[in-house]
Amino acid sequence: MITALWVMVSIALFLGAALGYSAIKFKVQGNPLVDKIDAVLPQTQCGQCGFPGCKPYATAIASGEAPINQCPPGGEEGIHKLADLLGKEFIPFGDGAAPKAKSVAFIDESTCIGCTLCIQACPVDAIVGAAKQIHTIIAPQCTGCELCLAPCPVDCIRMEVIPEEISNWKWRYPVIPLKVAA
Amino acid sequence: MTEYLLILVSTVFVNNIVMVKILGLCPFMGVSKKLEAAVGMGAATTFVLTLGSGASYLISHYLLGPDLAYLTTLSFIVVIAGIVQFTEMVVQKTSPSLYQVLGIYLPLITTNCAVLGIPLLNVQAKHDFIESLLFGFGGSIGFTLVMVLFAGIRERLEGADVPGIFKGSAIAFITAGLMSLSFMGFSGLVK
Repeated sequence: MITALWVMVSIALFLGAALGYSAIKFKVQGNPLVDKIDAVLPQTQCGQCGFPGCKPYATAIASGEAPINQCPPGGEEGIHKLADLLGKEFIPFGDGAAPKAKSVAFIDESTCIGCTLCIQACPVDAIVGAAKQIHTIIAPQCTGCELCLAPCPVDCIRMEVIPEEISNWKWRYPVIPLKVAA
Repeated sequence: MTEYLLILVSTVFVNNIVMVKILGLCPFMGVSKKLEAAVGMGAATTFVLTLGSGASYLISHYLLGPDLAYLTTLSFIVVIAGIVQFTEMVVQKTSPSLYQVLGIYLPLITTNCAVLGIPLLNVQAKHDFIESLLFGFGGSIGFTLVMVLFAGIRERLEGADVPGIFKGSAIAFITAGLMSLSFMGFSGLVK
């Protein structure tokens, strides 16, 4: 009985030591800067920066492969934050990267073939439908990320700008210009 | 030498761990939807199984002996769990993309009964160290072979016109059964 205990304890001790050692030896080095940049990004995972999500964009910024002005959902404020974090100059949005007017996707139901490709692309599950059934967009859920446009084989999705009306008007976020004290 | 070759052929084809001994069906059904993932799973299992067979031989031969034989299953499970953890660390370090593809199935190698089954069969057959290693290696090569074949068939099945009631897992199980039948055809190869 005692021998059995000793045997199991020694196996456990040996494995624990070996695993502990290899945990240090094979440690995956994460870049702490990537996490900081990722924390600033808005986490919409929309891909408008040209990278498949916020984390890949953060990685690209950290390694200097991407400029800091590629994130429309973050707005100019986001660029300012990134500039502060990285000690870089503020750069305004380039062509085509500026924040667009708020819009929602709209499916032309007479052309939709019910292929479900846009449903798979939608990051916020704002499209309802099933195979060979006409799909439709739940407009209040749609974030206007445009990810569903590309996969549609019959190009039946278009973006419609939401006009500002009394029913959807909101106070603007306050923008306070900051001046550096001399 | 012939003896070792026989063990290899026997484990890969004749006594294939999945098709003939019907062990390790969870990853066989679970990770065989994509060819790439199946190859990765096969490679990871090969690594774990070969190491596991060697380690469990040493344990059962030198540490346990005939007196403590009742600890065999228990100690093998502990050792295999440790080796799987180790493999997970190595894969995460060396190939992050494979790590993502395998996902939850990597830690689940622990509960793959083929990985426990082969060391136990080794003890039963009284294999020596080299034979145990070969038995483990051959078994996992057989596992990888079947995984790859089955993943290939399943990728084709996606596009096949299967009657509605058989779609998905049903046709996959039927295919697995037919594959198992065809592996029975190898049984005359080695005595």
